Amino acid sequence: MREAAAVFRKPVMLYSIGKDSGVMLHLAMKAFYPGKPPFSLLHVDTTWKFREMIAHRDAIAARYGMKLIVHINADGVARGIGPVASGAALHTQVMKTEALRQALDAHGFDAALGGARRDEEKSRAKERIFSFRNAHHGWEPREQRPELWSLFNTCLHEGESMRVFPLSNWTEFDVWDYIAAEDVPVVPLYFAAKRPVVRRSGTWIMVDDDRLPLEPGEVPELRSVRFRTLGCYPLSGAIESHATTLDEIIAEMRAARTSERQARLIDGEGGASMEAKKREGYF
Amino acid sequence: MARDLLRFLTCGSVDDGKSTLIGRILLDCGVVPDDQLAALERDSRRFGTTGDALDVALLLDGLDAERQQGITIDVAYRYFSSANRAFIVADTPGHAQFTRNMATGASNCELAVILVDARKGVLAQTRRHSFICALMGIRHVAVAINKMDLVAFDQAVFDRISAEYQKFAAALGFQSVTLLPVAARDGDNVVHRSTRAAWYQGPTLLEYLDHVDVRQDAATRPFRFPVQYVLHPDPDFRGLSGTIASGAVAVGDGIVVAASGKATTVKRIVTFDGDLLQAEAGQAVTLVLADEVDIIRGDLLAPPRDRPEVADQFAAHVVWMSDQPMLPGRSYLLMCGTRLVPARVTLLKHRIDINDLSERSARTLELNDIGVCNIATDQPLVFDAYAANHCTGAFILIDRTTHATAGAGMIDFGLRRANNIHPQSHSIGKAERAAALGQKPQILWFTGLSGSGKSTIADLVEKDLHRRGIHSVLLDGDNMRSGLNRDLGFSDADRVENIRRVGEVARLMLDAGLVVICCFISPFAAEREMVRDLVPAGEFTEIFVDTALEECIRRDPKGLYAKALTGKIPNFTGIGSPYEVPVQPDLRIAGAMEVAVAVDAVVAWVMARQG
Ligand SMILES: Nc1nc2c(ncn2[C@@H]2O[C@H](COP(=O)(O)OP(=O)(O)O)[C@@H](O)[C@H]2O)c(=O)[nH]1
Repeated sequence: MREAAAVFRKPVMLYSIGKDSGVMLHLAMKAFYPGKPPFSLLHVDTTWKFREMIAHRDAIAARYGMKLIVHINADGVARGIGPVASGAALHTQVMKTEALRQALDAHGFDAALGGARRDEEKSRAKERIFSFRNAHHGWEPREQRPELWSLFNTCLHEGESMRVFPLSNWTEFDVWDYIAAEDVPVVPLYFAAKRPVVRRSGTWIMVDDDRLPLEPGEVPELRSVRFRTLGCYPLSGAIESHATTLDEIIAEMRAARTSERQARLIDGEGGASMEAKKREGYF
Repeated sequence: MARDLLRFLTCGSVDDGKSTLIGRILLDCGVVPDDQLAALERDSRRFGTTGDALDVALLLDGLDAERQQGITIDVAYRYFSSANRAFIVADTPGHAQFTRNMATGASNCELAVILVDARKGVLAQTRRHSFICALMGIRHVAVAINKMDLVAFDQAVFDRISAEYQKFAAALGFQSVTLLPVAARDGDNVVHRSTRAAWYQGPTLLEYLDHVDVRQDAATRPFRFPVQYVLHPDPDFRGLSGTIASGAVAVGDGIVVAASGKATTVKRIVTFDGDLLQAEAGQAVTLVLADEVDIIRGDLLAPPRDRPEVADQFAAHVVWMSDQPMLPGRSYLLMCGTRLVPARVTLLKHRIDINDLSERSARTLELNDIGVCNIATDQPLVFDAYAANHCTGAFILIDRTTHATAGAGMIDFGLRRANNIHPQSHSIGKAERAAALGQKPQILWFTGLSGSGKSTIADLVEKDLHRRGIHSVLLDGDNMRSGLNRDLGFSDADRVENIRRVGEVARLMLDAGLVVICCFISPFAAEREMVRDLVPAGEFTEIFVDTALEECIRRDPKGLYAKALTGKIPNFTGIGSPYEVPVQPDLRIAGAMEVAVAVDAVVAWVMARQG
């Protein structure tokens, strides 16, 4: 992170409100102590995040004293794009991928720090720590620069940019262990509580507000659930759980037999869909 | 997270079973979640090579294209852990273009697992992989002799391959070599002990990985601290942030800034969790020094008694990673630690043939070549030999035009103490000479295809300037090649050297106070940039004579295109050799422009800078 701050003209930290972002931000606070990280936080808001996430985001920015930029794809909103109306793929494309590109261009950021980890998904396993993007924010698997030792080639031409993943070598366990050890604040949605949910595609979807159209016969029921990853609420599946403390979450995870992205509905279409999205500029 | 971390690399020829082995480790260590297992069952049927059985190799491949080709292309990282240790596996491909990827994977590893197919034994590829591991400084190797099921777990086969490997590896100087009989597909001796090889008493692969001692005693080596970031949040606090590369430091320790030799002591070791009294290799800290000394990102702090070398020339092994060949004389950006400086390969001593480790003479290095070179940096570099310290002895070379990581290097030793060469300072310098001539010196660099009109325009420009009382000199491609550069041809390497010499001559002429007019095709952007960097900002003007190739061929004043097009001149620019168009020239003369208009434009540019 210091490397990014030292070599780029105008870096930004993508803050997605999730646990990985939380850890990344916490590490940034430590890396620049007693100073403050010399970059702002950017949140690309799809307008479909859990309400608790938005509240957490604002509380965190205030608590750490960081400048927060929130970007919403106004054009997408005008077109009425949403995960329910337009389907997950189009929603993600317009409200996340395109929105991110808009925000990076509008502010002229040449580097964006993100909390992605290589253990999340197969195509991420080959991602670089400093990942090069062409002037159209595209990711070309073949043009990535080899990373030897701790020497990161950060040279850019005008218009090109870099995505930086400081947590590349962390696993999901590492993240939770760190949250426990350092008392990093996380969204309460990660802990089990009684929440109104409906059963869809083999997972529990939370009814976070009245925009979620219920299918015939669906009646929200209160169940003790928690989330392993957070995104747009109609696309984030919860698991049934009674883990209400960090220790219980870690214990539950050690016993668990599913991967964390399983509950993300966008990944479903074949293992390589993430890669196709990345080529277009998704994180 | 204090748990021990081991990073290892896996290498083997295509189809030795490398992916199967890693997949097997992941599966048997229980890190494969149920949903991925379900996906694996699905994929096994679709892409698998093992019939209806689980193809655990499919747990690894990530990129679409390579999955379809059925081979791994780049380095992929995998994570798993045992009760004892966490592991990071760098998985690198085994196909022919492996050198670059293996070097990348190996650079961060302490250990390598080399696969051998029990039916095939030690292959040329095994030797090559072992050599690259040794070159990259890996000290420990495990040789997994795989597919033992296909040789009926015959101990004689294992013993024969072991002996053969040991014999060959002796020359590579590994600290430890361990051989294991395994069957990755079935899991024998990977995580679980095989019931089919009772004669084998050694550890399973996982037991071995769990207990092997790879400590390089980073903490007992001399203290090295590359300054990554100067932290200066308010007037009262100035700290130097970075990660300790080796050794340890304590409050009160004397340190020097290696490049300048300035000495001071450590006053505080600051971290978010409170000040420390001491810190050691691997820790990210912020140091506050007792005195205000000039330090910037890229400096290296070291103990006064155990300083790194400071030199502007050194010998190194270089692994070439770019499609563009390495050309001696070309300027690259060299990154070592947190320092970035322009550098050139001054001498390519030889290429190493990794098939038999013999030395081959070479004029350039191609992708995946390994060479031994002398390298000169524009400013003195602070370093240790790679063998003594990977952090301060490793570097990368960056292409100045494309910014691609073009090469990776390991410093062998310094060649000349930079401290002993002091540029002579004379009483009369460029400023005095220019003042005597009553003008501001500058370089006008005309670039463009042969026949584009460079010489015609330059000649008229000089005539005009001469009339205005400007003292000038004109350097021209053909004239230089008939004298100073008589020994050079038209290979890429020679073209680079040609422009390097011309650049140096132009600089001397500039020092004489002249307006230096240069007419050179100078087809490569890197060399044009190199000349620009030789002189102060603003004294170099790149003028691109942008005449289309078809027009140049039509003009063909010297009949050269005719010859080139019939194959009589092999490396002719625009025909058999590329011309890299300037992206942002200072002046561009379009092909259709009247010569007189072009001349006026250049003269106006020069006169505007005469002030
Ligand atoms: N019989 C047998 N076949 C194996 C073994 N390990 C791997 N294979 C097979 O060898 C082939 C190549 O394996 P793979 O892991 O893709 O090789 P890679 O190219 O080195 O990654 C596949 O068909 C595997 O099923 C083994 O221990 N025994």
